[in-house]
Amino acid sequence: MAHGHKSNEKVVFVGDSRVRKRTGAPNTTPPDYSAYPGKSEAFIPNFLLKEWMVGVVVLVGFLVLTIAEPAPLGYPADPTNAAFIPMPDWYFLFLYQFLKYPYVAGDYIVLGTVGIPGVAFGALLLAPFLDTGKERRFYRRPVTTALMILSLISLFYLTKVSWDHYEHELAKTNTIPEHHLREERAREAAMSGQKDEQPVANIPIVDGDDPAMDILKAQCLSCHGTDMKGNESSGVPALRGVGDSHSKEELVEIITNGKGGGAMPSFKASLSADEIDQVATWLAKQKAE
Amino acid sequence: MLKGVYNWIDERLDITPMWRDVADHEVPEHVNPAHHFSAFVYCFGGLTFFITVIQILSGMFLTMYFVPDIINAYKSVDYLQHKVAFGGIVRGMHHWGASLVIVMMFLHTLRVFFTGSYKAPREMNWVVGMLIFFIMLGLGFTGYLLPWDNKAYFATKVGIQIAESVPYIGVYIKELMQGGEIVGAETLTRFFAIHVFFLPGALLALLAAHFFMIRKQGISGPL
Repeated sequence: MAHGHKSNEKVVFVGDSRVRKRTGAPNTTPPDYSAYPGKSEAFIPNFLLKEWMVGVVVLVGFLVLTIAEPAPLGYPADPTNAAFIPMPDWYFLFLYQFLKYPYVAGDYIVLGTVGIPGVAFGALLLAPFLDTGKERRFYRRPVTTALMILSLISLFYLTKVSWDHYEHELAKTNTIPEHHLREERAREAAMSGQKDEQPVANIPIVDGDDPAMDILKAQCLSCHGTDMKGNESSGVPALRGVGDSHSKEELVEIITNGKGGGAMPSFKASLSADEIDQVATWLAKQKAE
Repeated sequence: MLKGVYNWIDERLDITPMWRDVADHEVPEHVNPAHHFSAFVYCFGGLTFFITVIQILSGMFLTMYFVPDIINAYKSVDYLQHKVAFGGIVRGMHHWGASLVIVMMFLHTLRVFFTGSYKAPREMNWVVGMLIFFIMLGLGFTGYLLPWDNKAYFATKVGIQIAESVPYIGVYIKELMQGGEIVGAETLTRFFAIHVFFLPGALLALLAAHFFMIRKQGISGPL
């Protein structure tokens, strides 16, 4: 069996199995590019070096971006935070925006999550079996090309609308995205000579029995938190350790006249100058070490 | 010496044809940006692979510090970002590379689409390529949760809600991803496992198929 019909035929086997090596079978060898007009060249090293040059340009741009723009990091996940505006990564925005339209949400949500994306991605996946013509040039395949261009336009449009919507929400609720907020705080802390951004929770309250604490409880802690840790997500700073970044004079100024365009109100009317002085003196003592 | 070692191995395993096949195959003029500048569109596939390699390497280094539990995940990322030497750079590469790989893959897909390169006999390679695309999106989705900050948490919550609205199987998908009643500790470990083991495994297998097919069939001819 191992021999061909002619006993003198040279038989080549694949490995040492009894499977005969196929000769001249179609589509088993890559096409010979010398058939194409022009100058073809070997993959390694000639072509790969040229492709590497493109790769280097991309790599340098990529590293510049990486160094110029550190990866964002907000504040630790807090499931009870109801004010957070959820936002997927940018490449999911088109789908996120799409699902906001009434005719693919609510009662029709199945159309939005499975129906239309299913048809669109299914068609993309099976494109070679839908567009079976021999013609390869896109301008000779008007239907396929038009469908793709329409999809691309809607993709870009939905992404843009989604992003604008997000920016609008931020402006409306007067929110700074957490990772920006955090970066800003870290920078402020660094500028004011603090070595590191200390986790607020670890900073003790200094001299908590002081009578100033009663004034604080009445006036300040409804915003700054009964534990004096502030509220990171709505931008209210902690009072623990506030003496590290502000002097007594600065604190008097902030309490008397407010700060941040009314975000921190003025207490001129509700506290006497003596009381403000008392509170500021006590706050100035709130140092981390 | 090295040549001796090589020859010793080659005598036994006949490895020369393997790498010579990769090295010596001819690259035609119409895809070579040195001959036609417009041929740079043919580089997007290679660049996607290049960024994918960067993602794998930077990801390997990130797992040296990352702790996949809800108490320490955020702290470990914070430590990596702000305390570890070059940690911010490595995390930055992984973060921005995730976006860049999507961009490159998108451009590569469009190139293949508009040059009609998915047509016979390359249908299977297109399908495999689309599967790679979906895997990459899955990697993006699962990786987004891992730093465990508010942005990650609430985006994942919304994503799982969307998956839940799929009829019949939605609740099972939700349970599979969430691992429990809420987005919490089990979700994080699951997303970590999916992001680091399941999806990269599938990705490497599909990439191998993708490259095997392109070598077997060659690149599509000029238009």
